[in-house]
This record gives sequence, structure tokens and C-alpha cells, in this order.
Amino acid sequence: MKIILNNTPEQFEYKELTVNELLKVKKFTFKMLVIRINGTLVKKDMYATATIKDGDDVMVLHLVSGG
Amino acid sequence: MTFAQITDKLKIRAVGIAGCGGLGSNCAVALARVGIGTLVLADFDMVSDSNLNRQYYFLSQIGEPKVQALKRVIHQINPSVSVIAYEIKLDPEHIVRYFKDCDVIVEAFDQADQKEMLIETVLSAFPEKPLVVGLGMAGWGMNESIHYRRDGNLHICGDETTGISEHVPPLAPRVGIVANMQANVALELLLNI
Repeated sequence: MKIILNNTPEQFEYKELTVNELLKVKKFTFKMLVIRINGTLVKKDMYATATIKDGDDVMVLHLVSGG
Repeated sequence: MTFAQITDKLKIRAVGIAGCGGLGSNCAVALARVGIGTLVLADFDMVSDSNLNRQYYFLSQIGEPKVQALKRVIHQINPSVSVIAYEIKLDPEHIVRYFKDCDVIVEAFDQADQKEMLIETVLSAFPEKPLVVGLGMAGWGMNESIHYRRDGNLHICGDETTGISEHVPPLAPRVGIVANMQANVALELLLNI
């Protein structure tokens, strides 16, 4: 599938991925995250079931401290 | 647009600022200078000497609540700004109640878990309202790493990488850059309404 991940086109060898699988494939191990699929917020308890499909626009925000 | 036309457009607009530390104080002052109508400020903290390396406060204000100190700073620059100050540690319920009438919300917390709470709250409660977050501005140099990007109503300013630590503290130049980027995004959004 081809998706947009953080404003950049990316291609994966999978037909679809759950959010947890995407985080694993991308080695995003950061604990503090905000994730949106096509503009809709995905809460943490949905990471195991929310799926990302071909053409989706995914935003993964890493929340680093400082301000 | 002339400056008079800009201030004319801004005077009917309100910006909510969640956190009045390095990001919030500098962003608020930038928006006050260009003539924002209303600023809704929220912070629970007091001004301390360790804040003065980046935050828009003065030695004489140490010990004062930040929201009150910032209100006075703003009014010394532009007395026509209406400042609504909440001296409180924001939770999801406050965020919805205090910022519901703001045209733009600026996320200006320092702790990552607080940023997460605010972003999730705003994206859930106000899916259309612009939210401008500051992510990654500790340390010095690395101008090329600081950027802006957008995902729908969420606007992101910073390097998205550099968190604070003992040896990578937040300092005036990079914090000020990101705070002013946030003000610049808010300004652009408000002038396009």
C-alpha cells in the first residue's frame, strides 16, 4: 500500500497495517504520541485495532518536552 | 494590507494560550504587538529566576503568578488588548470551557504529557478549530531543523525531535523562534478569516 505519512509518500509491503504494526515497522518507539488517520484522532486504546489502508493520510506526532 | 487594516481585522479576534512559559509568553507578546483583540491566558506557575533565560518576564516580577505578570507586560506594550487570565493547571474540562470562543488555540506547555493531553482534548472537542503546537526547541543552533507543517486544523512548529534535558536546556533563541513561528501561524490564520 501507498500512504502519506507525516506529509511524505511512503510505500509498504503490506495491504494494511494496524497503528501498532505501523509504529513497529517504522520503529517509532516513542511513548508520547498523537496519531491521526485522515484527520481523525486515534486514541491509544484503538492502536491495536485501527487500520491504515492504501491512500490514507497518517500523522504521527512525537511529543517532545520543552516550551 | 496596511498595519491599520491588520489591526482592524485582529481587534475582533481572540487567541487562547495554554501555558505562559517560554513559548506562551513570547507568543502572547508578539500577538499583542500586532494588535490582537483578546488573549485568553492560562498557567498555574509563578515567575522564577530560572525562567528569565527565555521567558518574557523581568527580575521585578519574580514570585508573581505568570498570567498576572504577563498581563502587565502586555498592557505596557498595548493597553487595548483584552487579557483574560486563568491562574490554573489546565485539565480537559477547563480547556474546552476557557478556549471555546477563541479563534485559534496555541499550545505552549513544556511537559510532553501535558502537550499530549491538550492536543487530544482540542482535536476531540474542536475538530475544526486551529491548534498551533510547539514541538522541539531545546538547545541552540540547528536553525535548519526548525520547520512548520500542517495536518488539517493542527499546525506544528519546531524541530519535532529535541526534547529538554539537563545538558540540552531550553534557551531564549530557539524557544523565541518557535514561539514567534506560532504567533506567525496564528496571525496568518486570523488574517485569512
